[in-house]
Amino acid sequence: MNHFEKQNNCSMNIDQALDLRNQKILAALENKDTTVEFDDALENAMVLNMGPQHPATHGVLRLLIKLDGETVAACVPELGYLHRGYEKLAENCSFHEFIPHTDRLDYLSPLMNNTAYVLAVEKLIGVDVPRRTQFIRVIISELARISSHLIAIGAMAMDVGALTVFTWTFQERELLYDIFESLTGARFTTSYTRVGGLSQDLTPATAAMITKFIDEFPKKLAASEGLLNKNRIFIERADGVGVISKEKAIAMGMSGPCLRGAGVEHDLRRSEPYLVYNELDFDIPVFEGGDSLARYYVRLNEMKQSVMIIRQALSKLPEGPIHAFEPKKVLPRKDRIYTRMEELIHDFMIVNFGINPPVGEVYHAVEGSKGELGFYIQSKGAGQPWRLKIRSPSFTNLQSVPILVKGQLVSDIVAILGSVDPVMGEADK
Amino acid sequence: MVTTVVEALQQRFPQYISSVAEFRNEVTVDVPKEHIVEICTFLRDDEACLFSYLSDLCGADAYTPEKRFEVIYNLYSLTHKHRIRLKVRTDETDLHVPSVTGVWPGAEWPERETFDMFGIIFDSNSDLRRMYLPEEFEYHPLRKDYPLMGIPGALPLPRK
Repeated sequence: MNHFEKQNNCSMNIDQALDLRNQKILAALENKDTTVEFDDALENAMVLNMGPQHPATHGVLRLLIKLDGETVAACVPELGYLHRGYEKLAENCSFHEFIPHTDRLDYLSPLMNNTAYVLAVEKLIGVDVPRRTQFIRVIISELARISSHLIAIGAMAMDVGALTVFTWTFQERELLYDIFESLTGARFTTSYTRVGGLSQDLTPATAAMITKFIDEFPKKLAASEGLLNKNRIFIERADGVGVISKEKAIAMGMSGPCLRGAGVEHDLRRSEPYLVYNELDFDIPVFEGGDSLARYYVRLNEMKQSVMIIRQALSKLPEGPIHAFEPKKVLPRKDRIYTRMEELIHDFMIVNFGINPPVGEVYHAVEGSKGELGFYIQSKGAGQPWRLKIRSPSFTNLQSVPILVKGQLVSDIVAILGSVDPVMGEADK
Repeated sequence: MVTTVVEALQQRFPQYISSVAEFRNEVTVDVPKEHIVEICTFLRDDEACLFSYLSDLCGADAYTPEKRFEVIYNLYSLTHKHRIRLKVRTDETDLHVPSVTGVWPGAEWPERETFDMFGIIFDSNSDLRRMYLPEEFEYHPLRKDYPLMGIPGALPLPRK
């Protein structure tokens, strides 16, 4: 079927189109096993639309909810309001050009996405990076994890009415963004990693900032924790709410804190060690509850483990180069491009034609702050990937939301969403 | 670890396993699409395999005259901690592929996404709507013949 022939053939007007869409959504709501018994004749099933501009849905997520009184009988999430077609874009970008786009996937932990993407590309082209770079990548991944979990906890607490925690965790996150600014030159859109290296080295001044932060952070975290852990309102809103069983969580493909909150000890840093995680000593927090409270505790304890990892990585940080010595694959340094012929040629070739990897396909996943963040790349030997698939944890975690909210009160939906912590930039790609 | 899986597969389904490719220590097994549910059930339940976790499911457009579309299944075993990749190929004229939602319920959304992006129809997926794009959109944008700039007028815009 040729798409170009259909170009001017779009006869459907907007009313018909909307009708069609609403019918399909309603049919989906009805098709799920939603037989509801009414004890009270006055009760009616009601379909409620939440989002896409609802402040508690953490982005442009739209939920259609079928209510029985105040209880949720069925829920259908609608995605795509932030769909930017990154997979299509990736097929038309060179491997380096796609790095800034990864910042915009999970925009709460861009450094994690940068690292995950270049690890997949390096696996494809077969480059080993120096040890110093590997340690720095561990440090930035864990900093990104802390900054993402701070928002997750703060926003979840705010969703159930505890506003103070949100402001406290945001203060800490602000310090982290100062570190990112000093490290990468940008606060949000970092684009820090390069294929086979990093855009710039970790300076002693930035290392001192990180040391100062991890020295003070546990105390600050304990203060925020003190506001929540014995807070009766918070516990009652989260305990036993949004429960998923271990088997169901695995079958639905959940990952990250949501999976570990359901009692599954699965962390890619331990089960498939990448970078230098197998040289570092840390625990994997696992909680059995499977509810919102368990997911909160997992995130809280993961931040404490991340501090431990950063401290070890900083103390073990070796000296040395940050770029792999692969002149045909790794971008040369700018000062050398201007003074040397070889480097100028390599820079010209890499920028204009891209790195030409071998023909093949790889899948590489890291334990991101939301879960398993994977990149699947098919290469046909050209400078651009033939196909790049982003396996985003938010997308698969959101798939379980209908299970989590079923049978809960409508006011618990926001608390459950906060505990799942989806980021729509990543879920919609 | 993965070699035992491939051996188990070849022993159980000697006539179905057409090719096994290895690249960067990752194994890709081509399987016929008619038997994908059978093979996935075996991989999930067999003691040597135990692929309880569907990491990812996606499509790809090889843009060849025959067997144009691919569906790729990235599987992971939480017990044995190993991975395998299955691949089925289908023609442009026959876009039907059996759904694996019966094996892993979590395959529903990835299959919807693949349907949205490539137009591959997963039989027995109970809720095969578009994932990201509006229902009235007629094209499948990740196909190689869809232009990067999009097609003007492909979506009716709301009245002012």
